[in-house]
Amino acid sequence: MSQIHLEIRIKPRPGLLNPEGKAIHHALQSLGWDGVDDARVGKVVYLDLDAPSESDAIEAAHAMCRKFLANPVTEDFEVSVVGKTADA
Amino acid sequence: MKVAVVTFPGSNCDYDLYKAVQQVGGNPTFVWHRERGLTEYDAVMLPGGFSYGDYLRGGAIARMSPVMEDVVTYANAGGPVLGICNGFQILCEAGLLPGALMKNRSLRFRSHPVHLRVERNDTMFTSAYEKGDLLSIPIAHGEGNFEADKETLQRIEGEGHVVFRYVDPSGEATDAANPNGSWHNIAGLVNERGNVLGMMPHPERATEELLGSTDGLGLFDSLVHALSATA
Repeated sequence: MSQIHLEIRIKPRPGLLNPEGKAIHHALQSLGWDGVDDARVGKVVYLDLDAPSESDAIEAAHAMCRKFLANPVTEDFEVSVVGKTADA
Repeated sequence: MKVAVVTFPGSNCDYDLYKAVQQVGGNPTFVWHRERGLTEYDAVMLPGGFSYGDYLRGGAIARMSPVMEDVVTYANAGGPVLGICNGFQILCEAGLLPGALMKNRSLRFRSHPVHLRVERNDTMFTSAYEKGDLLSIPIAHGEGNFEADKETLQRIEGEGHVVFRYVDPSGEATDAANPNGSWHNIAGLVNERGNVLGMMPHPERATEELLGSTDGLGLFDSLVHALSATA
């Protein structure tokens, strides 16, 4: 077993109104960032997980997203391994 | 009418709901989210508030509470379940009602009375009203924008699951009367079987003249009537 460090990105589904993103978009425009066409805000969960392998950790994270971390009606998710700590 | 008022860490409309149940002659009991067993109750109600600080998503963490397993069993057996505001969010997260409640399109927390139109009076929650009745009931939420995938939305409308809609004072479901951006001005809906109702407005806050409206009482009266008819 080693500890796998995961980054789980929970993203608002495209096409759905994302009022936080819209507010940020407007603020960026008013700061002079004219080239910004869109902004959407999601969430990132950093998870440290004991697992036999990276693929086991990713599989577990996917299950967590389907059941709890992401709302299947409004959100998509992506999981990446960002580090690994071997057991002493 | 024995009613379980289920409370979570962060529920804050639990006492209002308790009082509303008492007002129609019901017998409410607070059931803490760690408790189990709901079979002795005639109805189960999930109050508004900010369970678990709305962390992750409104209702997402409360939905994992031990008592929720019993709420799901209770609802699937046909028991009446009412979820108000955060309670509605919890019911959606638990899969007892379709869709999700997203951030208000205005990004503002909206707290004021709204006009609601009664779309159905053939449910156990609304028999005391007439179809088309206009009610004045307060809302108080930041995440009440009802959304679902296209197929689900079509099914909800096609099968007539919408119970309350946000309307203007003349009864029209206009965009200006929509406080949060909900699809088709949906303020409350029932499941297919009709025994689970979720709504963002607070009927328990419209139960005394002192509060500015008594239009919410009909909902609790309807339940008393429905339950005494089956008893």
